[in-house]
Amino acid sequence: MAILEVNHIEKHFGDTKVLKDISFSLEQGDVVSIIGSSGSGKTTLLRCLNFLERPDGGSIVVKGEALFDAATQSAQSDAEIRKKRLHFGLVFQSFNLFPQYTALQNVMLAKELLAREQPDYKRRKREMLNEIEHQARQLLIQMGLGDRMTNYPHQLSGGQQQRVAIARALALEPDILCFDEPTSALDPELTGEVLKVIRELAEKKTTMIIVTHEMAFARDVASQVIFMDNGYIVEQGDPLQVIEHPREERTRQFLAHYAQK
Amino acid sequence: MELFQQQLPIVIHSLNIGFLQTLKLFFVTLIGAIPLGLVIAFGSMSRFKPLSALSRTFVWIIRGTPLMIQLLIIYYFPGLVLNNNIWGSGETGRFLASAISFIINYACYFSEIYRGGIQGVPNGQNEAGLVLGMTRRQIFFKVTLLQMIKRIVPPMSNEIITLVKDTSLARIIALQEIIWAGQAFMKGSQGISGAIWPLFFTAIYYLICNGVLTVLLGRLERRLDYFR
Repeated sequence: MAILEVNHIEKHFGDTKVLKDISFSLEQGDVVSIIGSSGSGKTTLLRCLNFLERPDGGSIVVKGEALFDAATQSAQSDAEIRKKRLHFGLVFQSFNLFPQYTALQNVMLAKELLAREQPDYKRRKREMLNEIEHQARQLLIQMGLGDRMTNYPHQLSGGQQQRVAIARALALEPDILCFDEPTSALDPELTGEVLKVIRELAEKKTTMIIVTHEMAFARDVASQVIFMDNGYIVEQGDPLQVIEHPREERTRQFLAHYAQK
Repeated sequence: MELFQQQLPIVIHSLNIGFLQTLKLFFVTLIGAIPLGLVIAFGSMSRFKPLSALSRTFVWIIRGTPLMIQLLIIYYFPGLVLNNNIWGSGETGRFLASAISFIINYACYFSEIYRGGIQGVPNGQNEAGLVLGMTRRQIFFKVTLLQMIKRIVPPMSNEIITLVKDTSLARIIALQEIIWAGQAFMKGSQGISGAIWPLFFTAIYYLICNGVLTVLLGRLERRLDYFR
C-alpha cells in the first residue's frame, strides 16, 4: 500500500491558481524530488502537505487514512490538524531554528512538549526526558554534530544549522520528511554537507519529498522525479528518464537552463 | 556658606518627600501601562477592522498631543466642564488623575513598541513550531515570547528613563512631587524663600535614579545577549 497518496490537489490564492490537479503517490522508502522554476507551486504543495496551507480541492491519504479531503471535510480544528501534521516533517529553506535554544534543545523541545500529553507523564517524567535526550543526541551525532550540541544557532554555520533542523524534524519520527529547498540559503561550499546527510537518510529508506534546484542531486538520490510548471505536474517518473531524457518540451526547456551552467 | 549648611537638611528632607511621590507615580505608571499597552497592541493588530481602527486612532491622538495637556484635561475637565469634580481637592485626587494620565499616555507608547516586537519575530518561527506539532499557546510561550522580549527591552529602556523625567510634568496640576517640593523654597517654605538652588538640586535625584535604572536595564539586556 502506498504510504502517501495525493489526489487532485487544487489550491488558489485569490484568483491565482497555484496548484492544479496535483496527483502522485509514494511507497515506504521512496524519495521524490520535485523540480521546477520558482512560482511553479512546489513550495505551496509542500505547505499543503504540512497543513500550513489548506487545499481548495482534492485529498491527502497517508497509510490509508484520509488526512484531508476537500469533498467531505469542512474546516478542521487546530487540535485535529496538529495530530495529522505529525505524519509529516518539514525542513525549511531558512532553517527556522529557535534562536534561544541550543542545538540539543532545538531537537528536544517539540518531543518534550508532546510527552507532557502522555497520561503517565507525571510518573515516568525523568525516564521519558532521558529517552528524549538520548534520541536527540543520537540524531545530532548522526548529523555529524556531536561536538555542537550545546551551541546556539547563531554560533553555527548555515550548513550546521540546517543539519540541526533536519535532526529536529526527524526527532518526531514523521512518516514522510519534506524538504523545501534545503540548500538554497547556503553558500555552495556548505550545500555538500547537507546533501550528504539527506543522501544517508535515503540509504536508510527514509521516505522523503525534496523540493530542490540541485539537479544532479535530484537525479542521484531520488527514486522518482516530479517536474512542476505553472501549478501542474508536467512530467513525473524515473529520475534518469525525466532529467536525462525528458519527454515534454517544457521539461527540456527548464533543464536546458541547468545544462548551460 | 553657613546659611547653606543650615538650609540643606531642611531642603533635602522636603525633596526626599517629593521624590517619594515621584517614585510612586513612576512605579504606578509602569504597573498600569505595561499590561494596558499589551491590550492596546493586540487591539491595533486585531483582524477585526473597527477595533484596530479605533485602537490606532486612540494611539495617534495620545501620541500626537502633549502629555501636559492630557494631564490638564483629565484633571480639570470633569470639574470645570461637567461640574462634577471627581478628583476632589486633595493630593490623593491629584495623584489619581496624574497616574491615569501617565498610564494612558505610556500604554500608547508601549503598545507601539510591543507591536514592533511581536511583528519583528519572523513568521518562520511560528511555522516551525506548527509543523513540530506545537499548540499556538506553546509556540507563544516557548518560542516567540522570549524573542519578543529581547526585541522590546532596548526601546522600553528608553521609555522608562524618559518616564522618570516626565513625572515632573505632574507639577502642572500641583502634584507634590520633587519639582513642586523644590519650587516651594522659591515662594517661601519652612523659613526659606527666594532660593532657587533647591530646584536645581532636584536634577541630582533624577540623575541618580536614572543611573540605577540604566545599570539594571543594561543588565537585563545583557542577560538576553546569549542568542540572536
